[in-house]
Amino acid sequence: MRARLFRLASMSTSLPAVLALEDGSVFRGLAFGADATVAGECVFNTSMTGYQEILTDPSYFGQIVTMTAVQIGNYGVNEEDTEAAGPKCSGFVVRELSPIVSNWRAQMSLGDYLRKHGIPGISEIDTRALTKKLRVNGAMKSCLSTLPISDAEAVSRARAWQDMAGSDYVKDVTAKEPFFWKADDASRFNAPYVPPGTTFGLPHIPARKFRVAAFDYGAKYSIYRKLVIHGFEVQVFPAGSSAELVREHKPDAVFLSNGPGDPAALAYVHKTVSALLPEFPIFGICLGHQMLTHALGGSTFKLKFGHRGGNQPVKNLETGRVSITAQNHGFATDPASLEKGGAKVTEINLNDNTVEGLRHTRLPVFSVQYHPEAAPGPNDADPLFVDFYKMVEARKAGKI
Amino acid sequence: MPKRTDLQSILIIGAGPIVIGQACEFDYSGTQACKALKEEGYRVILVNSNPATIMTDPEFADVTYIEPLTVEFLEKIIVAEKPSALLPTLGGQTALNLSMELHKQGILAKYGVEMIGAKPEAIHKGEDREAFKQAMIKIGLDVARSRTVKTLEEARAAAEMLGKFPLIIRPSFTLGGSGGGIAYNKEEFERIVANGLDLSPVHEVLVEECLLGWKEYEMEVMRDHKDQCVVICSIENFDPMGVHTGDSITVAPAMTLTDKEFQVMRDASFAVIREIGVETGGSNIQFSIDPDTGRQVVIEMNPRVSRSSALASKATGFPIAKIAAKLAVGYTLDELRNDITRLTPASFEPTIDYVVTKIPRFTFEKFPDADTTLTSAMKSVGEAMAIGRTFKESMQKCLRSLETGARGFGGGGKHGGDEPVEEKLINAKLGTPNAERVYFIRHAFKAGYSVDRVFDITKIDRWFLTQLHEIFEMEQALAKQTLATVETVALRRAKQFGFSDVQLAHILKADFAAVRAERKKRGVNTTYRLVDTCAAEFEAFTPYYYSSYGDENEVMPPSGKKKIMILGGGPNRIGQGIEFDYCCVHASFALRELGYESVMLNSNPETVSTDYDTSDRLYFEPLTLEDVLEVYQQEKCDGVIVQFGGQTPLNLATALKANGVNIIGTSPESIELAEDRKQFSAILDKTGLKSPANRTAMSEADALKFAKEIGFPVLLRPSFVLGGRGMFIVFSEEEFRGVVRQAFDVMPDKPVLIDKFLEDAIELDVDCISDGETSVIGGMLEHIEFAGVHSGDAAMVMPPHTLSQEMLDVVRTATHALARELKVVGLMNVQFAIKDNQLYILEVNPRASRTVPFVAKAIGLPLAKLAAKVMVGVKLKDLGFTREQTPKHWCVKEAVFPFVRFPGATITLGPEMRSTGEVMGLDDDLGVAFAKAQAAAKPGLPTKGNVFLSVKDGDKARAVDLARQLVGLGFSILSTSGTAKTLTEQGVPVTRVAKIGEGRPTTVDMIKNGQVQMVVNTPGGMIPRRDENQIRSAAYAHNVCIMTTITGAYAAIEGIKALKNKKIGVRPIQQYRGNVVIL
Repeated sequence: MRARLFRLASMSTSLPAVLALEDGSVFRGLAFGADATVAGECVFNTSMTGYQEILTDPSYFGQIVTMTAVQIGNYGVNEEDTEAAGPKCSGFVVRELSPIVSNWRAQMSLGDYLRKHGIPGISEIDTRALTKKLRVNGAMKSCLSTLPISDAEAVSRARAWQDMAGSDYVKDVTAKEPFFWKADDASRFNAPYVPPGTTFGLPHIPARKFRVAAFDYGAKYSIYRKLVIHGFEVQVFPAGSSAELVREHKPDAVFLSNGPGDPAALAYVHKTVSALLPEFPIFGICLGHQMLTHALGGSTFKLKFGHRGGNQPVKNLETGRVSITAQNHGFATDPASLEKGGAKVTEINLNDNTVEGLRHTRLPVFSVQYHPEAAPGPNDADPLFVDFYKMVEARKAGKI
Repeated sequence: MPKRTDLQSILIIGAGPIVIGQACEFDYSGTQACKALKEEGYRVILVNSNPATIMTDPEFADVTYIEPLTVEFLEKIIVAEKPSALLPTLGGQTALNLSMELHKQGILAKYGVEMIGAKPEAIHKGEDREAFKQAMIKIGLDVARSRTVKTLEEARAAAEMLGKFPLIIRPSFTLGGSGGGIAYNKEEFERIVANGLDLSPVHEVLVEECLLGWKEYEMEVMRDHKDQCVVICSIENFDPMGVHTGDSITVAPAMTLTDKEFQVMRDASFAVIREIGVETGGSNIQFSIDPDTGRQVVIEMNPRVSRSSALASKATGFPIAKIAAKLAVGYTLDELRNDITRLTPASFEPTIDYVVTKIPRFTFEKFPDADTTLTSAMKSVGEAMAIGRTFKESMQKCLRSLETGARGFGGGGKHGGDEPVEEKLINAKLGTPNAERVYFIRHAFKAGYSVDRVFDITKIDRWFLTQLHEIFEMEQALAKQTLATVETVALRRAKQFGFSDVQLAHILKADFAAVRAERKKRGVNTTYRLVDTCAAEFEAFTPYYYSSYGDENEVMPPSGKKKIMILGGGPNRIGQGIEFDYCCVHASFALRELGYESVMLNSNPETVSTDYDTSDRLYFEPLTLEDVLEVYQQEKCDGVIVQFGGQTPLNLATALKANGVNIIGTSPESIELAEDRKQFSAILDKTGLKSPANRTAMSEADALKFAKEIGFPVLLRPSFVLGGRGMFIVFSEEEFRGVVRQAFDVMPDKPVLIDKFLEDAIELDVDCISDGETSVIGGMLEHIEFAGVHSGDAAMVMPPHTLSQEMLDVVRTATHALARELKVVGLMNVQFAIKDNQLYILEVNPRASRTVPFVAKAIGLPLAKLAAKVMVGVKLKDLGFTREQTPKHWCVKEAVFPFVRFPGATITLGPEMRSTGEVMGLDDDLGVAFAKAQAAAKPGLPTKGNVFLSVKDGDKARAVDLARQLVGLGFSILSTSGTAKTLTEQGVPVTRVAKIGEGRPTTVDMIKNGQVQMVVNTPGGMIPRRDENQIRSAAYAHNVCIMTTITGAYAAIEGIKALKNKKIGVRPIQQYRGNVVIL
C-alpha cells in the first residue's frame, strides 16, 4: 500500500481553543478534533511514540492527556494499533499537530479520528510549561474547549469537574456482557506487528491452551492479544461479574486488567478478587495490580503526578534485573500494607522506589503495576505472560 | 555488581589526527572515558598522536603518550606500562582496528592484557560484512539481499534471483569501492559487472538489491554485563538511503514511525547487540525501511562509541561514552546515576520534548576538482547541531549554525534569495544528493513544485518536506507584510518557525536592529528551555539550554558569581577545528578555577566544549549575532571571550561590541587593526619592522596593477578569513588572471591583499601571551617547508632547528613589540619569514592560533588557560609565567590531508589550508621526532626500497645531493627523463621509468604494485601538472610516503637515518614536564 496523505485545513483557518487548569492558568492554542468542551484530570505522558495507543487506552478515561513529545500526528492513525473501539480520554493536548500523515500503515489523520469520535484537541500550546506545572502541582482538574467560551468559564468548568477520587470509572469502560476474545478474528489484530521479511519477534504460541477469565476494568486490547499469543483462551468478564459467575465457567486462571480511576472506589471488585484468590492462579496488570492489593487487604494512594511514559526503569528485587517499562498510573500500592495480606513487593520503580510488582507468598498470585503488554512502549516485560502461563501449567500439574 | 577490582590499569587508545569520518567527537568520548575511569581509581594509560585534544592534557590520564598509533608503538607502550586491560571502543575505528591488530598478532595475550567492553570475536562479527549478515539472518532479521559472483553468468542468475533493478554492484577488495556502481537496466548491469570482475583482484563482485530512497534510521543502544539494554536515542535521516549517515541531515527522535514500528526496531537493536556479543557499552545500529511496505532491513552496526553516539549524547543529555567506560569496568546501568536529574538512575531511556537536527558541513570549495555528489563514502568535515521545540525551529537554527552564509530556509543570504531558479537546475540539484539540496527544495517550492513532486524526485519523506513547505509558506505570507504591518501573532509564530531576525529583516524589508527592537517592543522574547533527558518529568540540575519561543523561561537564577561567556568555533571545517575547541575548553576551566561562572555557547556536537560538565552553563545555539546577544543579555554576562573560537567569534566581535557587549581581552579594534593594512603598516614603521611589499585592492583591475608593481611571485589573499581560503601564490600574470576572481569571491565587499611572495624563505610561527604589561613567548615553531605552505599544513619543528640564536632574539624583540603595540591581552600568533637573514612579518593574529595546543603540549604549560586568566585581569607575574620556556627535546608537527576522499582533487601544499588534522612527534632526537610524526600522520618513512624522485628545475641541484644520500642509505632511485638525466650526469645511479603516456610500466603502475616506497615530487608551477597529480594521488591511495617539497625530503632523510641508526623509544608527556630551558 502506498503512503497516503491526509491534509488538514491550513492552520490559518484553525479555530482557537483553550485549556484551563484549576489553578486558574489558561493556555490558548488551536483547535483540532471535535468541537466540544470537556473537563477532566490533566496528565502528561512522556512517550515519544504511541499517541494512538494512549488515546485509545481506557485507563485514560476521564483524563485530558498531554504529550510531552512535540510532533504529534505524523504517522496518523491505523486500525491495527487501537487499544479500544475508540479513543477513551476526554481531550488531547499537543504542541504541534502534523498537517499531513506519512506512514505506509496510516488510514486516517489524528484530527479526523478525534473528530469522528467526538474528542476535542488543542495544539500550539507550550506543553513543556504545562508539564512542569503538573509536575510541581500534581495532576490538576482541567477544561479543554474548542468552542468559543471565555477563559473564566473554562477555569470554572475545570474547577467544577468532579474529582476522580472516590468515583467508579470502571463501570463506564467495562464490557457490558461476558464474551470470548476471538483469537482468529482478523479485526482483532492478535498477531504482533512484524515487518515483512523479518521473522524475529514472531510468536511461538504454545500448543496447549489454558482458559483465562479476564476481568475487564477497561482492558487494553493488547493485553488480550498478548494472552492469546502466549497460549490462553480469553473469556472476558465485566468488572461487576461475581465470583460465582467466574467459577461457573471453570477457567484455568484469572486475569485482572488495567483500568481508569481511583482503585479504592471499587469495593465490589475487591470483594470478588478476594473470593477468587485462594482458588485460581491470578495475574494482574495496573489497576488489576491495585485490585489485588485491595483484595489482599492492602491500600493504595495517589501519586503526585503519576507515571505515564515508556521509559520507566523497574527493578525486579528477586532477580536484580532492570527492565524499561511502559507505565500509566496515578495511584500506587502502599508497600507496608501488603505484608499482612501475605504478599511481598517483587518490583520497584527506580525513579521513586514505588511498588511496581507484588507476589503472594503462598498462592500462585502476582501482579505488576506497569504494562508488560507495552502498546505503547517497550516489550521488555513480555516474559511475564510466559511466567503466567507456566504458573498455570504448574498448577494444572498439581505442582503448586 | 560494583566495579572490577582485579583491574589496576587500563589502556585507552585515542582516534589520532582529525580526518574525515573521525573528528573531535572521539576527543569528547575519550575525555569522558578518561575522567570516568580515573574517578574510579584506575590508572589510566592514554595513547593518542593528536596533541590538539583535551584528552591528551596531562591531567586527564595518569600517563599520556603522544606517540604514533601503530602496532609497533603500542607494543612498546604495553611493554612499558603493563596495563591490565585495553578499552578499544572509545577511539573510533582507528582504536578498534589497532586493538584487533594487537589481538591478532598475539600481543595482548603475550602481555596478559584483557580487552574490555567488546571482545575480539564480537568486533569481528560486527565489522565483517559477511559475518554480520549471517548473524542477522540467523536471528531472523532482514538484510539487503545479495549474492557474491565470480562470472557474468553467475551475475545474471543473481540478478534474476533478486528480481528487480536497480541493483548495486560492489567489486571485492578494490580500494574505496572503486569499480562499483548502480545498474538501472540489464545492459548497464552487464557492463558494470564485467568491469567490476576485471578490477577486483580476486575477480569477484557482490550483486545486491538497491535500497536507494528507503528511509534510514539509527539506534543508539547501550548494554551492561547483566544484559540490561537501553536505547539512548533514535535518529531518523532526512536524506534517504544512498547518502552516508555522516553526510546526511539527521533528526532526533525518529519522526515517522508508529510505536509498533519503533518497538520492533528497538527489539531488533537489542537482538543485534546480543547476537554480535558486545558485552558492555554503546553500539550504533543502522536500519532501513521500505517506505511502501515497511520492510525493515539491518544495514550495519558499529560495536563502539561513534560519531552518532556523540550526537545522541548531546541531543539527549545522556553521556554515552562516560557510561560506556563505567559499564566496561563492571558497573551495571542501575548502579549508575543520571547526572542531569541526579535522583534517577542511568538505567532508563531518555525522552525528549524537542527536536534535534544535525547538518553536515562540507568543504568542497577547497577541492575544486572533486566530485561533490554525496554518496556512501563520507565527505563532510564537520557538522552543526541545533535544538528547537519543533522540527521547523531546529532545522532553521541548524541551517544558520552551519555558518556557510545561509541564514536558514530562505530569508535572503546565500541560497535563500528571492530570484527564481531554472527548473533544470532545480531538478538536477534535487535529483542527485549534494550539499545544497535542502536549499533547492525551497527553490522548487518557489517554482511551484508540490510536496509530492519533490518527494518523487528526492524520496525525502513527505513529512519533512511538508514541514519545510510550512516554513516556505510562512516566508511567503510574511513577505506581503512589512515590519510595521506584521501582526505580533505572526511575528511570534515566525520565531517559533525558527526565523532569525536577519531573515525577518530581509523578508519584512527592514534591518536587523529594527526587527530586533520591534520584536522586543512587542514582547516576542527568546525563552530558554532545558535539555533534561526526561521531558520535564523530573527536576534537572544541569544547566544545558536551547532557545525557543515558548511561555516559560527556565534559565536558572544567577549564582552571584561573575559570568563570562565563551564563544565556540561552530562546526568543524578545514582551518577551524579541534584546536579552537581545545582553547575554549581551557578558557572555561580557567574561569571556573578563578571562581567565575563560565557560559559556553557553541553549535558543534562533536566537541568537548559542548559537554554538559565542561562549563557552568551550556547553551547549544548558533553562533550568530542575534543568538549570542540573546544569551548574553539573558545571562547578564560580565564579559565575552571571542579570541578562542577561531574566526567565527572574531567575525562577530565588532557587532557585539556595538551592541554593548563587553569583549574581554584584546579589543575588537586591535583585532581589526591587525587586518587593516594601512594601520598595520604604521605599527610596523613605528617598531622598525618590515613586511613583504604589499598592497590592498578593492577591484580585480587594481589587484593586477598592484601585483605587477610589486613583481611576481605574489601572494594573493582575501582579508578576514581563516585557513587560507582563496589564497594563492602566483608566479605569472596569466596565473593571476586565472584566480583573482576567486580571491574576491571569498569575502565579498572586503578587500583583497597582495603581498610579495618570499621564495625559499624560512617561515616561523610564534605564539605569545600578553597581559598588557608583560608579554611572554609561548613557543616558536619553524616550518620545515619553505614559506608558501599554509601554517596549518606545514610540518613544523619546535624549538626552531636551523635559525641562529641572534635571529631568534630578533624574532623575540619583534614579537614583544607587536604585542605591546597591538595592546594584546590574551594570545597572539605571529607568522614571520626569514630570507637572506632579514626578518619579515607575514601576518599577526591577536587571537588563539591553531598551534596553541601543540605549544602547550611542547612546553607542558596550559597556554590557553593562562591566556583566559589574563583576559579577566590576572597578571602573568601572578600566574608565575614571565619567562619564555623552550623545550630541551624536539617536537615535530605534521599535518594530515583528506585527498583520498576527493579523487581528482589537486594534491599540493600551498597557501590554502587543506589538512584536516595534525599529529605530534616527540623525542630527544630531531630525526626520531620527525620519523614519529611521519609514522603518526601515516604512512611512516620507509627504511629501504625504491624512491621515486622528480623535481622542478630549481630543485635539481639539491635533488642530486638528496639522491646521493638516499643511495647511501641503501635506497634505489627511480626517476623520469628530466631528473634522471641530471642524476646520471652527476654520477648518481638511477633507474629511468616511463612518464605517463610514454609507455608502461609508469610510476603509477609501480606505485600500485608496491614497488615504490617513497615519492619526492616538487611541483613546477602553482599547481602540479596532471601527470604529477596522478602520481601523488596514487601515492596517497596506496599509502606511499610522499614529500612535495625539497626541505620536506631533507627532513625525511634525517628521519630515515634515525630509524636506521637509533633506538626508538616511547615516553609519556608527564615525563617531559619540566624538560625546558627557562630563558
